[in-house]
Amino acid sequence: MKKKFEVVGKPRRRVDGRAKATGQLRFADDFALPRMLHCKLLRSPHPHALVESIDVSKAARHPGVHLVLTKQHFPVPFGIMPVSVDEFPLTDHARHVGDPVAAVIASDEQVAGEALALIDVQYKKLKTISDPEEALQTPEPRIHEYGEQGNIHRNQSYEFGDVDEALAQSDHVFEDVFFYQGNTHLPMEQQATLATVEGDGKLLVTSSTQNPHYLHRQLARVLQLPGSKIRVVAAPNGGGFGGKCDPANHEMVVAKAALLLGRPVKIGLTREEVFYQHRGRHPVLMKMRTGVTKDGRLTGMHLQTLLDGGGYGSHGPASTFYTGVLTPVTYELPRFKFEACRTFTNKPACGPKRGHGTPQPRFGQEVQLDKIAEKLGMDPAELRLGIVTQPDSLTANWLKIGSTGLAECIREVVARSGWKNKHRKLGYGKGVGLACSTYMCGAGLPIYWNKLPHSGVQLLLDRSGQVTVYCGATEIGQGSDDVLAAIVAEVLGIDTGEVRCVTGDTGMTPVDLGSYSSRVTIMMGNAALQAAEKVRAQLAEAAAEQLEVTPNGLVFTQSQVLHPGTNKAISFKEAVEFAEAKFGTLGAVGSYTPPKPPGKYKGSGVGPSPAYSFSACVVETEVDPKTGWIHVPKVWIAHDIGRALNPVLARGQVIGGVYMGLGEALMEEQAFRRLPEKLSQALVHRIPSMLEYKSLTALDMPEVDVALIEYPDPNCPFGAKEVGQGPLLPVMPALANAVYDAVGVRIDEIPVTPDKVLKALELKAQGLSPRVGPDHFPSVPYPEPVFVVPPQEGGDGKETKREEKQRAAAAVV
Amino acid sequence: MLRLPWFDYRAPRSVGEAVEILAREGPAAMLVAGGTDLLPNMKRRHQTPKVLVSLRGISALKSFSNGSGATFGSCLSLSDVVRNEKTPTALRQAAAQIATPHLRNMGTLGGNLCLDTRCTYYNQNQEWRQAIGFCLKKDGQTCWVATASKRCVAVSSTDTAPALIALNAKVVLAGPDGEREIPVENLYKNDGIDYLSRKPDEVLTAVKVPDGWKSTYWKLRRRGSFDFPILGVAVALRLDSSNQIEAARVALGAVASRPFLVEKAGEFLKGKKLTDEVIAEAGELVANRAKPMDNTDMDLYWRKEVADDFAGYALRELRGDDMRDTRLRYARYLP
Repeated sequence: MKKKFEVVGKPRRRVDGRAKATGQLRFADDFALPRMLHCKLLRSPHPHALVESIDVSKAARHPGVHLVLTKQHFPVPFGIMPVSVDEFPLTDHARHVGDPVAAVIASDEQVAGEALALIDVQYKKLKTISDPEEALQTPEPRIHEYGEQGNIHRNQSYEFGDVDEALAQSDHVFEDVFFYQGNTHLPMEQQATLATVEGDGKLLVTSSTQNPHYLHRQLARVLQLPGSKIRVVAAPNGGGFGGKCDPANHEMVVAKAALLLGRPVKIGLTREEVFYQHRGRHPVLMKMRTGVTKDGRLTGMHLQTLLDGGGYGSHGPASTFYTGVLTPVTYELPRFKFEACRTFTNKPACGPKRGHGTPQPRFGQEVQLDKIAEKLGMDPAELRLGIVTQPDSLTANWLKIGSTGLAECIREVVARSGWKNKHRKLGYGKGVGLACSTYMCGAGLPIYWNKLPHSGVQLLLDRSGQVTVYCGATEIGQGSDDVLAAIVAEVLGIDTGEVRCVTGDTGMTPVDLGSYSSRVTIMMGNAALQAAEKVRAQLAEAAAEQLEVTPNGLVFTQSQVLHPGTNKAISFKEAVEFAEAKFGTLGAVGSYTPPKPPGKYKGSGVGPSPAYSFSACVVETEVDPKTGWIHVPKVWIAHDIGRALNPVLARGQVIGGVYMGLGEALMEEQAFRRLPEKLSQALVHRIPSMLEYKSLTALDMPEVDVALIEYPDPNCPFGAKEVGQGPLLPVMPALANAVYDAVGVRIDEIPVTPDKVLKALELKAQGLSPRVGPDHFPSVPYPEPVFVVPPQEGGDGKETKREEKQRAAAAVV
Repeated sequence: MLRLPWFDYRAPRSVGEAVEILAREGPAAMLVAGGTDLLPNMKRRHQTPKVLVSLRGISALKSFSNGSGATFGSCLSLSDVVRNEKTPTALRQAAAQIATPHLRNMGTLGGNLCLDTRCTYYNQNQEWRQAIGFCLKKDGQTCWVATASKRCVAVSSTDTAPALIALNAKVVLAGPDGEREIPVENLYKNDGIDYLSRKPDEVLTAVKVPDGWKSTYWKLRRRGSFDFPILGVAVALRLDSSNQIEAARVALGAVASRPFLVEKAGEFLKGKKLTDEVIAEAGELVANRAKPMDNTDMDLYWRKEVADDFAGYALRELRGDDMRDTRLRYARYLP
């Protein structure tokens, strides 16, 4: 029998809150073991160089040194994606400053550091490639031997319907070039890993990783050990944001060292090393040509992107897709063409950061919509409301949209912010800007090809009444343990405090792919729901027998199993006892595999998701026309979450997204410095420190007004969609649009800084175009596009060969 | 994590004892008070002193006295300075905008005055500096900010110094031959490496601040929460009963290797009232002396361009304009 929610939707203290608040929670670097040794990595001072020789003899003889490792200990490469297995734990080809070439394992960190200085490395310096345009112009030397050609890592082209035709038939075509600077995750916790060989001879690796499952697989590969001999424990992460998704060099190195020495070996990265491990936001140059009708409907878009990938593949093939594929999800876009190219450069590798590849085109699209609205004389909110995608529809690129609350999100922020009395009405120096966004609730496909479930959950109950839930998902601060406990508790009618979560441990828990792509609530949640419902059925059957009622008339509520018809009840603990007596040891498993995506063309695997979240945001700014200084007094944001399982945590995630988004919008830059080329070949990170990599602090945050919009999605547990990434996305374009509303200048690149505003104001005063942003998009050798007929034009989701397309066109004529 | 290099630690109980240790150990010894600047710098191997002489155990350096003018012991924490009701406005505003609450609790007034000069090519760890072949300030031959420069152009980043220069304050230096008092502006030299006139065997023991100045300090930085200054403007005025300026002292920080007095602005303001025109002209005079280098945060030309605005904020505040909203955009915490 159904009951009112008792856990879901109620603001609750998170299950791991006490441990965090009291300092009892142990992060990876808090672990210590007897006889533990310490590891430091020797990193290349050159941005691009081959190791010609390496002499470790002095370092190995240094008192306190136990082991020195180099490339020769690691013949097998690794990489998060099967198509980009291009990293060695220690390399002989340094692709960026900070690429590790050797490791010392010693009695303590100080000794290890001293020994690093004794390693003699002879490098052969190679030409340095510092940005994508240089990479396109410089096919040799290749940073990697694989890839499309020269220093192009990935090159993609897709066309859904004839876009040229659509643009030709439009009332207006808007063409813009945007740039989005790279930035990094900046988690509070610096990565740390402890490896040891346990009593049973198996390797145990405890690490600050978001994805223990993928790390497990890559360790098995690099160490050439069966997976069953390795156990990976993901310690609770002190923030991840995508930076701890890739398996990392340091994890491989300490694992190898522990195996060779038979002693525990630990490493903790310095903050600077975290900047080198990076895998953050790709710098992306974008060109958008968008056709619109005079009444504000989109007819088609041609999007071109150029990504600066850095020195390794990382998640790059996916990142490249993501600079295009989610663009049609928010607004009806009948035809869509996107071309995307990722280049290698001699900088730390870029990868997934909160929003993975989608904030960059989202920024461009939402700023361009603001320009379109102005040109058409429309209110930007009304324009958007007129074109939002519909529930249960297919996009031009064959993504299935289920539920959507985007229109409600727009209406909500418009009402709450007083938009109609503010936009274009606040007077010079003050302004508001609006933008929207969408994000996936989990990637529809796993990172490596397989047909297995994406998430598994196991439940164990015993006569004490305790409920233990096991899942491979990882608590990275986002509240995944709380989601797990809440779903089980809701189904079983108990308090979340009665549920013990055992998570992120490949030796103990069923596989879950990890904490990335906003997949945990829906995938782990659905698996947990399935397991909990199986157990509840058993408990109900046993309880019904005792109460002499029918099982489906029972309600699990407030730690009781109650029959409302007769008011008979037994406690939850008694129900467990009866069930254990009746069925034997109680447990159940649940698993989740996302639905098959409708697209059938090659490459259609990136973008599909069981559900999409939506957000709308209004940012208010005060811009000083004399200095360009930007002040943000308030942000309003509405997020379509489907259902908030724990509103306290959900709001925290939204505010956290706004926080990170404002940092990106206003100041964050993973920027690099070249020295005068006559004097130096250096290419260094400008500011690898927490002080000088500028990011907002709590004191710098404006007030954030959060509205949670709840349209439960049938694909999601209790209807709950993601909230970890989506709310970041609209903040940057909303800020740029607000700056325009305040002082009438367009900053078509991120970050939007006072000097750019002042420069644009000066241009305006000179009667020139009041805009600061990229002035061109280079010629990129994109391939011939994969052509797919959009669903609205009668396609079948498969690629149409060019001849067929031409035949079809001829037939129409 | 980054580890400190090895060093010997001394904890003298008196200034005399500290001076003695300094004289005996020579340049290999360094003073440490709060350690908030020196210890991180040592981790990055900017300084690798053989001996650290701690001033924390010398209670005399934590004293405060108030007669005609105020005397601050050099080891008063920045939080002490902020909390003290007798602290002149510019000094309190400067101290309150340094770093974060934790660091202000540890960092001292004397430490902030002696703060190492900063540069984006220098405030990096050893491996980073190795990757650029080091720089003129430490271990290298080239100044990467101005490759033709023979002089290191690292930037003075102390907030309290410009405030104290405007306030016409003096510092007391104790050495083997006794004490000497010098104006705060004379403590500094325009050289990013040899930036202090303090002799290696001297201890900065106290700061003496005269009464009678109406003062303010404005700090420009990326974040209003914490950051080193990229421009500091301090102004102190003596006004007569009709609000005419009897004397004016304007000082700039973070635009050269030393903080300095802008004499021309002070002379210009003397005998005038703070009209909008006077403020604008004074702002120009101040901005003309701001010659920032590309060695700290934010765009160089922008920093130069907003100097007159900042001087204007300071003067308008002293005129009595309500500048609280403007202040809150650049400083999220003010006592």
